[in-house]
Amino acid sequence: MSLPKELKYSEEHEWVKEEGEKIRIGITDFAQSELGDIVFVELPEVGDEVEADEPFGSVESVKTVSELYAPLSGKVVEINEELDDSPEFVNESPYEKAWMIVIEPSDKSQLDDLMSAEEYEEMINEE
Amino acid sequence: MADLKRTPLFPLYEEFNAKTVDFGGWDLPVQFTGIKNEHEATRTKAGLFDVSHMGEISVSGPNSEAFLQKMFTNDLSKLTANRAQYTIMCYENGGTVDDLVVYKKDDEEFLLVVNAANTDKDFEWLQKHVTDGVEVKNISSDIVQLALQGPSAEKILQTLTETDLSEIKFFRFKDGVQFDGTKQSALVSRTGYTGEDGFEIYLDQSEGPILWKKILEAGKDEGVQPVGLGARDTLRFEATLALYGQELSPEITPIEAGLSFAVKTNKEVDFIGKEILKDQKENGADRKLVGIEMIEKGIPRHGYEVFKGEKKIGFVTSGTQSPTLKKNIGLAVIDVAYSEEGEELEVQVRKRRLKAKVVPTPFYKRK
Repeated sequence: MSLPKELKYSEEHEWVKEEGEKIRIGITDFAQSELGDIVFVELPEVGDEVEADEPFGSVESVKTVSELYAPLSGKVVEINEELDDSPEFVNESPYEKAWMIVIEPSDKSQLDDLMSAEEYEEMINEE
Repeated sequence: MADLKRTPLFPLYEEFNAKTVDFGGWDLPVQFTGIKNEHEATRTKAGLFDVSHMGEISVSGPNSEAFLQKMFTNDLSKLTANRAQYTIMCYENGGTVDDLVVYKKDDEEFLLVVNAANTDKDFEWLQKHVTDGVEVKNISSDIVQLALQGPSAEKILQTLTETDLSEIKFFRFKDGVQFDGTKQSALVSRTGYTGEDGFEIYLDQSEGPILWKKILEAGKDEGVQPVGLGARDTLRFEATLALYGQELSPEITPIEAGLSFAVKTNKEVDFIGKEILKDQKENGADRKLVGIEMIEKGIPRHGYEVFKGEKKIGFVTSGTQSPTLKKNIGLAVIDVAYSEEGEELEVQVRKRRLKAKVVPTPFYKRK
């Protein structure tokens, strides 16, 4: 199970990467392996506002649908359009090719509510 | 949480990296290597399924046939020994108790293979109506059921037995088949739930793990793979084989579910539910199961509502992205007025209504 140390993690299995004033978001290796073969990713549009702990999109595997929850509030400035044609990136490369959205956070202090790689690992081991 | 039931194959799952889930009280593998991969292996090579959770009920005695003719919608009277038949049990109101396969061993002995979650309900339903000269027994826990499905199924299985499997035609079976390495013989039928050629094998629970290993070993070069419930569902869905709890339920009659072929309303016996089913078959039901394909991006799922304009006209019973066809498709029970091929509808996918159209079924048919 891959868990890059430089990322932060949410209880809903999203990862967050700080890039200056922006935040890149995706789902974890653990999440993709639980979901199985991803066949469809539904993302918001650039310009949409997302709210912390609220759904901003969904991922669908062959078997089921899971909502994507925003780890922070903010405005969507970029979405990964490649996932439209290649949803399998989520399984193959959850931290690189399958980033989902980039937001400009409205309150960066929300980052402090997220978990470190160690804390997230502890959480998934308990599940 | 109550303890989950396990099949005799459970200890072998781990070796194949199975991910198990609670399926109607059973701890069963949803996948081994991945649903798409297992699906494809079954369509192009062979897949091995542990379906021991399925219920087996034996019905025996001189009045068995008359009893089952009253309980089942299909007509048993023309079935000869060593043949199997897909059939349905209904309530008086036409709603479905269960769909099942009945195996006729001889005039006085039948084996019923029913859905796992319905086993107790079916057994009670049969007991409730049982007549003199009929004995009904729930023998589910004695039996392991394996399914070997796919174009290479016969070739693989043939290497393990002297019995000429090519003689077992579709929906026929042979009892007393001896497999290499097992002490007790098995019942083998050319049946399945995938839309592919293949076999279902019933044998004593103690022999299950041995035969499982033997088949995987024998089929290694042919590319056989263990397959979980996830791919079992996508395979049956593409082939448009009904799943109880989705296409069939106490609220959905077999006529509405498009299973008229298994409802013989002209058979003389007044089977349970006949009156309503006969009316639906002759005059048409108000609702109908149709195939739908999404026009807009999205995947239809079980329980999603279907609309025509502002009018709610039905609901999705099953849906996914078809691994074989790569299309977002579903089955839906809808108002018959909108069931013509090509009709445009909308499916409520979470917060949005997405365009879809009625398409012919089955979605997949083997060449």
